[in-house]
Amino acid sequence: MIAVKELTKRYARTTAVDQISFSVEKGQIVGFLGPNGAGKTTTMRVLTCFLPPSAGTATVAGFDVLEQPREVKRRIGYLPETPPLYVEMAAVEYLRFVGKLKGLSGADLDKRVDYVCSRCFISDVKHKLLGKLSKGYRQRVGLAQAIIHNPEVLILDEPTAGLDPKQINETRDLIKSLAGDHTIILSTHILSEVEQTCEQVIIINKGKLVATDSVRNLQARTRGVESILVEVASRSGALNFELVQHTLERVSGVAQVACKDPKDPRLVFEVQSQKGQLVRGDLARAVVESGWDLNELRAAGMSLEEIFLELTGNQTAAEAKETAKESHA
Amino acid sequence: MRNIWTICRKELGSYFASPVAYLLLTMFGLIFGFFFWNALSFFVIEGMEMQLRGETSPMNVNEQIIRPLLSNVSVVGLFFIPMITMRLFAEEKRSGTIELLATSPVRDIEVILGKWFAALILYACLLLCTALNFGFLFLYGNPDWKPLAVGYLGLLLQGGLLLAVGTFISTLTKNQIIAGAATFGVCLLLWVLEWVSGYDSASWATVLAYLSVITHFDSFARGVIDSKDVVFYLTGIFLGLFATARSMESLRWRS
Repeated sequence: MIAVKELTKRYARTTAVDQISFSVEKGQIVGFLGPNGAGKTTTMRVLTCFLPPSAGTATVAGFDVLEQPREVKRRIGYLPETPPLYVEMAAVEYLRFVGKLKGLSGADLDKRVDYVCSRCFISDVKHKLLGKLSKGYRQRVGLAQAIIHNPEVLILDEPTAGLDPKQINETRDLIKSLAGDHTIILSTHILSEVEQTCEQVIIINKGKLVATDSVRNLQARTRGVESILVEVASRSGALNFELVQHTLERVSGVAQVACKDPKDPRLVFEVQSQKGQLVRGDLARAVVESGWDLNELRAAGMSLEEIFLELTGNQTAAEAKETAKESHA
Repeated sequence: MRNIWTICRKELGSYFASPVAYLLLTMFGLIFGFFFWNALSFFVIEGMEMQLRGETSPMNVNEQIIRPLLSNVSVVGLFFIPMITMRLFAEEKRSGTIELLATSPVRDIEVILGKWFAALILYACLLLCTALNFGFLFLYGNPDWKPLAVGYLGLLLQGGLLLAVGTFISTLTKNQIIAGAATFGVCLLLWVLEWVSGYDSASWATVLAYLSVITHFDSFARGVIDSKDVVFYLTGIFLGLFATARSMESLRWRS
């Protein structure tokens, strides 16, 4: 449905997207994952014919974005990072306007407007001015305008950014319910979002493709190694962190133990298991049998940066970690 | 064609859903009302004085009221045009809605024409204010309506040209104030260019004076449709909209 070949987009001084190639099958939900500034939005803008590529090709439903932009635009629904709303318009008026732009008219238009209003749960605010709507409702109106002409391909740029947790869940469910009828590409910098909504994932960083794989494979590649946080304390005086570290390292199946901060009176260790080993039970037993208290034991979530490290395991990934941290700060 | 109308309707909606249109109409109505009252008072007093002196030289409503007033409208309109066009593209660029237009299956030229027509319709509404005042002349006097109609045609053509220039300038920036100020400057320049012909008759001065939009309105104010002036305005409109289309296209390559 979507085929991108060696796509490159250069701005005046920077290369935002560097020779990216990937393809998306019909009916799939694909997560476009990367830290801020990785080139997600630029790639999406090329796919929606908003920006022309500097080199390489991109085709949507068999139509080239440069050669036949109008055919591509007819088949695409696009939700930019900030929903493109006219604040002085009422929701229903706005949806009718977008519908007409996309080529709907008459009874068809009325039907689609009603349909997307109920589908995106905005029926109760459809006569309100868009400028008066809350962030969550604006996002839903944005989604409604993207699907108004029942496009084959949906391109959603960070559809859950800035929403509260309840709204995020609702939006994710909505997107999942749209799969099947539509091929969906959604961008995000949150890993769990991809895990929850997508089947396929494309990871990019600094404009370069890092990995493209199914979510299940990705999980297998990264989840085989378990990362566990262990907090150990003692009721009788201070603990020697090296002693604890040695004890934990001796547990079978443990690959690596690192103390987060030896000076902190709360001794917190990060334990990496060997591939495919379940070590939590043994860890707990080892701590308790040594006469210490086990205050906490939990799986540490894999962050996006760690995924990068895991997938590439080289210098560039370490750099990625740095930049990702900077951009999060 | 349908897309042009869709865009035009939306633009008119945002003019008339906000106070913009009403404010412009009120101000324009007030200012023109004052001009009209002045011209009429002067005409009436002059008429009475002539009667007292026992003179019988004919007085002409068309020549003495309508023609100078039409010239006034063309100048006052020039001050209002930046306020009509400044938001057309600048606002879309700032709020990001330009992304919606640019990723919808509509041609750039349809977007541009839709917006320009909407601006022209609002401008025509301003002119309609002046028609109310002129209506009184027809109520109490017997002026010839044809020169007035030609005058309105000229005003629409001149407005169309300046609106096209303003639309173009609005595509150059995200900032409405910059768009408005630049358009105002250009409009003003296009008006005063004519002055050089007052003290210089070199060929460059003639060319400059020819570029002045106001000089081309004189014939319309007299009630004469001069093809030379019609062609000037139509060319100007075409050039302005063409530049807008180029500018919109370049947005994609530049950004």
